[in-house]
Amino acid sequence: MRDVYVAGIGITTFTRLEFALSEIASYASMMALKDAGITEVDQVYVANMGAARVNHQTALASAVVDSLSLTPAGAASIENGPASGGSAIKAGFQAVASGMDDVVLVVGVERMREVNGLEATDFVATLTHPIAEYIYGVTLPAHAAMFTRLYMDKYGVTERHLAMVGVKNQNAALNNVWAHLQQEISLEGILDSPEAMTNNPYVAEPLRFFDACPVSDGGAAIILVSKEKAKELGRPLIKITGVGQATDTHAVHEREEPTDLLAVRKAAADAFAMAGLTPQDVDVAELHDAFTILEIVESEEVGFFPKGEGHIALEKGETALGGKIPINVGGGLKGRGHPVGATGVAQAWEIVTQLRGDGGKRQVDGARVGFTCNFGGFGNNVVCLTFEKEA
Amino acid sequence: MPVDLEKILRPVDSPMAPYEPKYMLLASGEAAVVRAVDRDEIPDLLKHVEPLLHVERDYYDVVASRVYAELLSHYQYRFQDQYVLAVQIDGELAAIVNGRQVTPILGLSLHTLALRRGLRVGAHAFAAKMEYHFDALGHDEVLIVAESPIGFRRWMIEYKLEKRFEVPHELGGVPSWALTRDLFDRARSSLVVGRRPVPPEILDKAMEKILPPSDPPTPALDPLAATRSKYDPTATALMIERWAMEEGSLNA
Repeated sequence: MRDVYVAGIGITTFTRLEFALSEIASYASMMALKDAGITEVDQVYVANMGAARVNHQTALASAVVDSLSLTPAGAASIENGPASGGSAIKAGFQAVASGMDDVVLVVGVERMREVNGLEATDFVATLTHPIAEYIYGVTLPAHAAMFTRLYMDKYGVTERHLAMVGVKNQNAALNNVWAHLQQEISLEGILDSPEAMTNNPYVAEPLRFFDACPVSDGGAAIILVSKEKAKELGRPLIKITGVGQATDTHAVHEREEPTDLLAVRKAAADAFAMAGLTPQDVDVAELHDAFTILEIVESEEVGFFPKGEGHIALEKGETALGGKIPINVGGGLKGRGHPVGATGVAQAWEIVTQLRGDGGKRQVDGARVGFTCNFGGFGNNVVCLTFEKEA
Repeated sequence: MPVDLEKILRPVDSPMAPYEPKYMLLASGEAAVVRAVDRDEIPDLLKHVEPLLHVERDYYDVVASRVYAELLSHYQYRFQDQYVLAVQIDGELAAIVNGRQVTPILGLSLHTLALRRGLRVGAHAFAAKMEYHFDALGHDEVLIVAESPIGFRRWMIEYKLEKRFEVPHELGGVPSWALTRDLFDRARSSLVVGRRPVPPEILDKAMEKILPPSDPPTPALDPLAATRSKYDPTATALMIERWAMEEGSLNA
């Protein structure tokens, strides 16, 4: 298997973007192509979840490759729920590692704000079990709320811990010009003041408004290349060293212990094993905080902290910039936004930015090893990646 | 005999109870003050409303142009029984709300214009003016319309307004919706916040001067510039560079 490097990265602002889905993808891709200094690729993978349903567009990869004038490169769309981005990177990795392709463009894109909030919520809810969950009105906020209640009862997580994640990540986004939310929040304003219940109402108790990521449009892209090509391009050598993907039961209630995210645990373990790393080697991480509780739980399942102690590490500031393992320093899904298909690629974008030392105010000093966890479904399809900077 | 035409043109305002200022903490932790705006402060507001006439998104252009006209005509005594409230954060203008008294028991909501987004400032401002209608002016109901989907969500849905479609609203003659005292009372616990009295240091800052908003809504960007690119806000340079690179590779 050949080594695989990230030679270029690009991203759009995550916000409401009022132009075509393929243009959003193209813009991020052009930035990545420019960053890598290339004009031709062998293969394009487009990660997206909702084009057919939300944007009335199918065969998105064909549109993107044409929009970019990258024909006759191979092109395919990858839909794997919120883990589409991570899955597309995995496909790109396999293409380069196998020797089939030398240069692969992976771009994730979503335009969810074409529809209203109710429709967007319903669209995301279509990833739930159609017979056991969806028909009963289960949405992702509802799933997360039930999960959070169980977690609170079992491990002592409180609403304050959830709010702490929200404040940490939304305020981190202020250091990321691409992030959707550019509004500072405080614990006093969303939790402690007499106005907090109105400022931050329950969406699905115990989750409140500021516990959920925003609905965003946006695109992110990376260029994957072989080692020979990476050296030829002369870009910083950022290598993908570990890839793990795992699944769990589609219906959450079928899990023996619903508070265990076994797919996260296995995907992370597989990625670390492939890379020859341990969780303690990681300098900076991107975890899939679609809801604040998920950052806490994922930080345990991937091995940064013992099970049930993620919220304690949070209290100690260990997950903040300057802490033991900074998590989501670019805002995460909570602050950067969550254009579903783009998220997994945006996580990689952030890690590569960090490993290159280009993080600016959010830079983790001396970052050499990065980690991403792209959480699909409600933990039923997860992709974890490790990245390392080579001297 | 000379006729004083101004006496004919200028409406005689009805007596209206004063609005007692209040303040609340926003999600950001900042204190926002809601207070009545005097007529002689209207020019300050106009300066900050005018740029929004050119913001063609979220119906800012429509709302701002109407607010501008309402405020100007209020300032020049061409509007009957209008009141204006402002929300200020550290002196900066964050929202303007206005309305008017139709009869001693009927109010009419004119506009809610948020100049600061993402903190429920507009929602707090709207709640404050409804509070003024019911608690200070003693109205039984307030006629309301929305010009944007955001407004519809905030007023019609969140307050569960009743239809008064047989009554054309003064804003464009569109069918009215109504907030009744009963509906408002039901919404108080969840949607209406604020503390009184306002601490002197906070109120003094607000009363001293209406400062311009530091982060007002801005015109929508050109489609290709819709991303806040730190490298190239229009993307044009990227395209040109790509074409140049392609040309170079062809010539090589």
